[in-house]
Amino acid sequence: MPIEDFQPVIGLEVHAQLLTGSKLFCSCATTFGAPPNHHVCPVCLGMPGVLPVLNARVVEFAVRTGLALRCEVRRTSVWARKNYFYPDMPKGYQITQYDQPICEHGVLTIDTPGGERDVRIRRIHMEEDAGKSVHDAHAGASLVDLNRAGVPLLEIVSEPDIRSSEEAAEYLKALRDVVVYLGVNDGNLEEGSFRCDANVSVMPRGSATLGTRVELKNLNSFRFVRLAIDYEIARQVEVLESGGKVQQETRLWDAQRSETRAMRGKEEAHDYRYFPEPDLPPLHLEDALLDRVATSLPELPRPRFRRFVSQYGLPEDTAHVLTGERALADYFEAVALHVKDPKRLANWLQGELLRLLKEENALLSALRFTPAQLGELLGMVEAGTLSASAAKDVFAEMFRTGRAPRDVVAEKGLAQESDVGAVEAVVDQVLAACPKEVAQYQAGKKQVLGFLVGQVMRAMKGKGNPALVNQVLKSRLGE
Amino acid sequence: MKLTLEQVRHVAHLARLALTPEEEVRAASKLSAILDAVDTLRELDTTDVPPTSHAVLVEALLREDVVKPGLPPEVALANAPAKADTSFVVPKVIE
Repeated sequence: MPIEDFQPVIGLEVHAQLLTGSKLFCSCATTFGAPPNHHVCPVCLGMPGVLPVLNARVVEFAVRTGLALRCEVRRTSVWARKNYFYPDMPKGYQITQYDQPICEHGVLTIDTPGGERDVRIRRIHMEEDAGKSVHDAHAGASLVDLNRAGVPLLEIVSEPDIRSSEEAAEYLKALRDVVVYLGVNDGNLEEGSFRCDANVSVMPRGSATLGTRVELKNLNSFRFVRLAIDYEIARQVEVLESGGKVQQETRLWDAQRSETRAMRGKEEAHDYRYFPEPDLPPLHLEDALLDRVATSLPELPRPRFRRFVSQYGLPEDTAHVLTGERALADYFEAVALHVKDPKRLANWLQGELLRLLKEENALLSALRFTPAQLGELLGMVEAGTLSASAAKDVFAEMFRTGRAPRDVVAEKGLAQESDVGAVEAVVDQVLAACPKEVAQYQAGKKQVLGFLVGQVMRAMKGKGNPALVNQVLKSRLGE
Repeated sequence: MKLTLEQVRHVAHLARLALTPEEEVRAASKLSAILDAVDTLRELDTTDVPPTSHAVLVEALLREDVVKPGLPPEVALANAPAKADTSFVVPKVIE
């Protein structure tokens, strides 16, 4: 059977590092990039006799994420021990949740070529991260840094509802947008604060029996997610077509060789002997917490995208760019209060603002001018007192110095003459001085208009509103 | 229920215990006795009894998300058999 006759079935597991200040069960900082073992204490070092104390913000973030993904939130959830030995897991077990996770049965809507589709979320649970092992720096030994040990994670597990590598990437993008909007995660795949594993299997189309699944790890970009899943689908089809059986195993994506390869020696490690964590009582959630989190949920990226299209009349691709980042969408709406034409504003943000931010490698939060000031600038363009090209210069100046647009315009003498009377006076002077051209124009040589416009602009030192100059000239010439 | 030596070795490996052949036999009989005791308990009908995860039911105490200094690295690494700068050094864990 050709590969098209096989149906890929994909489920995704995401580990999202939560944006808390302190770790899950102790007060050590979660800051990335400190020298090894500078954010550790007896709790996250796994010293004997210590007890974990739960970080309230982690619970709030988990509930926030669960509600945003339309999950059922469990009023009582239970912590579990997952037992395995690895040097970066100093206690010899990970504290996680097992059979009673905090959230279950959610939905995430994604875009597919065939329209919107709902991917079901099986569960969301809280757990602690492991430390970091470095294998190559020291001959014959590994180095262990426990700064990351105990950092809070949310594990978000989808049902196997995903049917292609493209859908997998869409799901991850949509999920990342949600957690970043919620302010619970920074969405950084490359630095590993948003990590993805994929469970991939194939079955003949029309079959009701799922194939054996393989878990893919090390997918630290959207591109690798697509490449690794496509590679794995082709590999499994080839195994089946040559009469073999797919082994249930964990495979690593090797970005250098663009292939997946089996991890060795993990078969026995899957016996984790979970049991309820004796050091932590079950977690009961109060109605008050759920209510508070529910009422403070921000508008999510997808509804906001739809509203940007309907309320502001933006094209879909523009609305996508603006709502892709919550700060940018917030900024757009803050300025939109001050302008008449939201489309012009959208074009400015997408063009000028994003370009300058990129050039300066700056963040929106570092902007030196207020939304009202940008509104004022665009208002001048709308009123015709500033040309679009002069406005770009003013904008660049505002971006650099944070000065008010009217000050920049006044200082640079950029204001455009849009007073009809003033333009008419100059036009009349020019027409009186150019009888030959006027005659040519009236004899049908319309291209003379360009010359006359040039004369008017020169007389006005370039500050005439071009549209108005054109309009007055034509009407004076009898059109 | 009689535990096989194979099962004993599996559990011993998971717990990183190196047992002599005599200890494996002894462990098999001791662990089997524990499983027998559990089997006795299983004779009770617990259909309508929720599982007990904790013997003492206390409310979870939550901590505000406030950062406090941890241990200085030299204290954190004081018990380490081997270290390099402020990293723990352990036998190489992958080939």
